[in-house]
Formats: sequence, C-alpha cells, structure tokens
Amino acid sequence: MKRTIPWIITIVTGFVLVIAEFVPPWGKMREDVLIYFQIISVFAFFLGGGSLLKINLQKVFSKRTDWEYALVTVVGFFVMLALGLFKLGNPEMATAGYAADLNANGSWFKNLFDAVKAPLSASMYSLLAFFIASASYRAFRAKNSDATVLLVSAFIILMGQTFVGVVATGWMPDWVSFFKVENLSLWLLAKANLAGQRAILIGIALGIVSMSLRVILGIERTHLSGGDE
Amino acid sequence: MNRKVMIPIASIIVFIGFLLLKFDFEAVDSSQALWDAFIVTAGGFLTLMIFSFLYRDNPFYKFAEHLYVGVSAAYWMCVGFWSNIVQQAIPHLSPWLSEALDQPFLGYKWDYWIPIAFGLLLLTRLLPDSLKIGWLSKWTLAFIVASTAGLLMTANLKANFISQISSTMSLPLLPDWTGFGDFVSNFDLSYGGQFIKMLSNWVIVVGVISGLVYFFFSKEHTGWFGRVSRLGIWVLMVTFGASFGYTVMGRVSLLVGRLTFLFRDWAGIIS
Repeated sequence: MKRTIPWIITIVTGFVLVIAEFVPPWGKMREDVLIYFQIISVFAFFLGGGSLLKINLQKVFSKRTDWEYALVTVVGFFVMLALGLFKLGNPEMATAGYAADLNANGSWFKNLFDAVKAPLSASMYSLLAFFIASASYRAFRAKNSDATVLLVSAFIILMGQTFVGVVATGWMPDWVSFFKVENLSLWLLAKANLAGQRAILIGIALGIVSMSLRVILGIERTHLSGGDE
Repeated sequence: MNRKVMIPIASIIVFIGFLLLKFDFEAVDSSQALWDAFIVTAGGFLTLMIFSFLYRDNPFYKFAEHLYVGVSAAYWMCVGFWSNIVQQAIPHLSPWLSEALDQPFLGYKWDYWIPIAFGLLLLTRLLPDSLKIGWLSKWTLAFIVASTAGLLMTANLKANFISQISSTMSLPLLPDWTGFGDFVSNFDLSYGGQFIKMLSNWVIVVGVISGLVYFFFSKEHTGWFGRVSRLGIWVLMVTFGASFGYTVMGRVSLLVGRLTFLFRDWAGIIS
C-alpha cells in the first residue's frame, strides 16, 4: 500500500504523458498537467511554509540557541502572509474586492516587498560579488593549459564589459575589428561559448531521457523510499 | 541593561531617526509618504546588515537573514495562492467560492480536483507523526516525479537534443562562398567579415563534436580520440570561463545597484 500505489501512479502517469505526445487528441492532457503542477506547487509552498513555521516555533518555545532569530522569521512570515492572504491595505480592494491585484501600487504587501524582500534579495546576491572575487583570485592561476584557457576566456569577457577594455583596443582599424575586446568578448559569448553549451545541453538531454525512462519503467524508485512511519 | 537588549533598542532609535529624516512632512498623502520613507530607510538598513557579513557573522546579519527567509516564504505562498489557486483553480471548482473571492465562475472542470487532492495529500506531512498518515504525501511525490519525467523526456529530446544537433549540423562551413579568389582578395578580420563567420561556424561544429567526445566515457581517451577529447576540454574551459565572467559581471552590476541605492537614495551623498 505504502509503496505499491505510488509506484503504480508513477508508471501510469509517466506512460500516459509520453503516449499523449504522440496521440493528438490527448495533446491537451500535457497542457492540463502543467496547470496541475502550478496548483500542486502552491501546496508545496504551503508545506514549506508550514514546515518552516513548525521548526521555528519549536525553537522559540523551547528557547533553544538563537531563538530570537527564529522569532524574527516567524514574525516576518506572519506579517507578510497576513498582508498577502487578506490583501490588507490594498487600495484596489474598495473597487475590485478580492479580485484586486496583489501587487497593486500602494498596497501594503507591495510596500513591504519593496522595503524588505527586494533589498534583501539584491543585497544577498550582490554579496556574492565579493566571494566570487576572492574565489577567482584562488582559482584563476594559470597552473596548466586548461586553467589558462579558462582564465583568458573569463578575462576577455570581463574586459569586454568594461570601459578600460574598450578604450585599450579602440585604436584598432576596422579590418581587424574582430580583435577589439568588446567584439572578442561578444564572439566568445555568442560562438565559442555556444559550442560548449550545446555539448553540455545534448549531454543533459540524454541524461534526462535515460533518467525519465528509469522512472517511468519503475526501475528508479528512490523518490518512493525513506520516511516510512 | 545588557548588550542583548541595548543593541536592538539603539538600532530601533537610529532607525526611527532615519525614518523621520526621510519623511516628507509636506506631502499631501502622509500615509504613502510614511511608506516611501520606510521603504528607503528599511532598504538601506537591511542592505548594510547584509554587507556587515563581509566583516564577520554578526547579529545584524543574522537578523536580516532570518527576516529574509520568513518574508520570502510568505511572499511566494501568497503569490501562488492568489495566482494559481484563486485565479486558476477556484473558477473551475465552485461557484460559491468564486463569488466569495470575487472571481468569475468559468464552468466546472472536475479534473481540477486531481491537483487539489494531491496537494492536500502533500500537506499530510505537516500532521503530527502520531497520526501515521504522512506516507500519503508520497502519492503526490510520485505524481510530480512521473509527470516531470513524462513531460521532460519528449520535450528534451526535441528541444535540447534533436534541435541542438540539427542547428549545429546545418551551419554552413563556407558561408557566403563565391570562390577562393574572392575569398583571398576580400580577406579581412573585421567582426562581421566572411572569414570570422567561417571561423565561428567551424568553432561551433568542431567544438560541439569535441565536447561530446569528452563526455563519451565508453572508450578510453587515448590516441586520436584522446586528442579530440583534449580539445573538448578546452572548449568546455572557454565555456566555463565565459559563464564565470558573465556571472561576475551580473553580480557586480547588482552590487553597483545596491551601492547606488545606498549612496543616492538612502544617504543622499550623490545626486
């Protein structure tokens, strides 16, 4: 019961969707499944949110180390959830009711997003610039030919995006304009990079096909294992 | 008063001070003016809190990090709930719920109960362990995994396998060719020139083949096969270098954006 039904669901769903690709009247089924996915994803968000809440509330009530920060998570979560689920302070609520745009200008939800989530997201990712810089200092040593190719390629891309790089090769005449660093950078991204990306994509596609076949045929069952109560 | 209490109180006082500095007392809509001041002040404080990690892990960073987790989780829950459950599912499930949530009823679609049922089964994981029904969530997991496999298998074969190979192999290796004489007499190294076009196509075709040879592990990489594989490594190194450089530029532009916000919008040092 615990393993057999999910195994049957896996095989039936997988086979039906693959066959649907080749049977035109069933084609819409694939579109419907994409919508099902979106609906299930919301429940997955709720599962994630509920789990986050459960763990953090346990931490707060048992006063474990750093419980104060867990409280910050819980408060932030509830405030954002209340503003979003009930559309509190949404100026469009007066006219459109619950059909009001969640991110309407001036809504408290949008304001809190602009005040908290947007700057935190941007700052978190921009912080990576420092770590990437320090990582590249360690990684970008021309120890062998492979590392040298990597270094030169990244260097050209970076120079091509900067003012200094453009000025440094700006004197070149048109008949050798390929060697202007901005063109070289563009060429590396659009052509040389494309070759490697395609090889990787083809490899990924083959990997996905073989893995999908294993799942659909019921050979791969790791997603059904563990967590048995 | 110990430090654990003093630091948050001092931070709140400084925050309110900045908020007042940013508040436009002459604004007509004082409520929106307060929000505007709050957005800039909170944005500045939270940015500094995140950047404080460059010194070392500290309470300000931990505060911002935990706030980010809580707010992000709730944000995506709300967006998903309104856009997928309320706008997509409910108008096909219940006229009463549609009316209550101010949505137009678009007619019954009984199959929409399938994802709702699977979704509810997924939530059984949140129930207490003593109920012993958490395993029901695996039905949903099985559906998600099988659907992903079923959809991706054929889609990937078409988009990432067949179309990538056909785009590579359909590239002309001698583009705009009108004869060797014309080629030599018009030879130049300009970016859009014939030679560079030709070089680009050769690089793509040879690069893809050698890259694939590198990924082929069923034959030992020795002899001519090893040399082609070696070329494949170089192609991949160029790709990784280009991707790395591009990522660095993306992160740096985000950093510039944050610094511009800090110095212009928040501190008002630059105009």
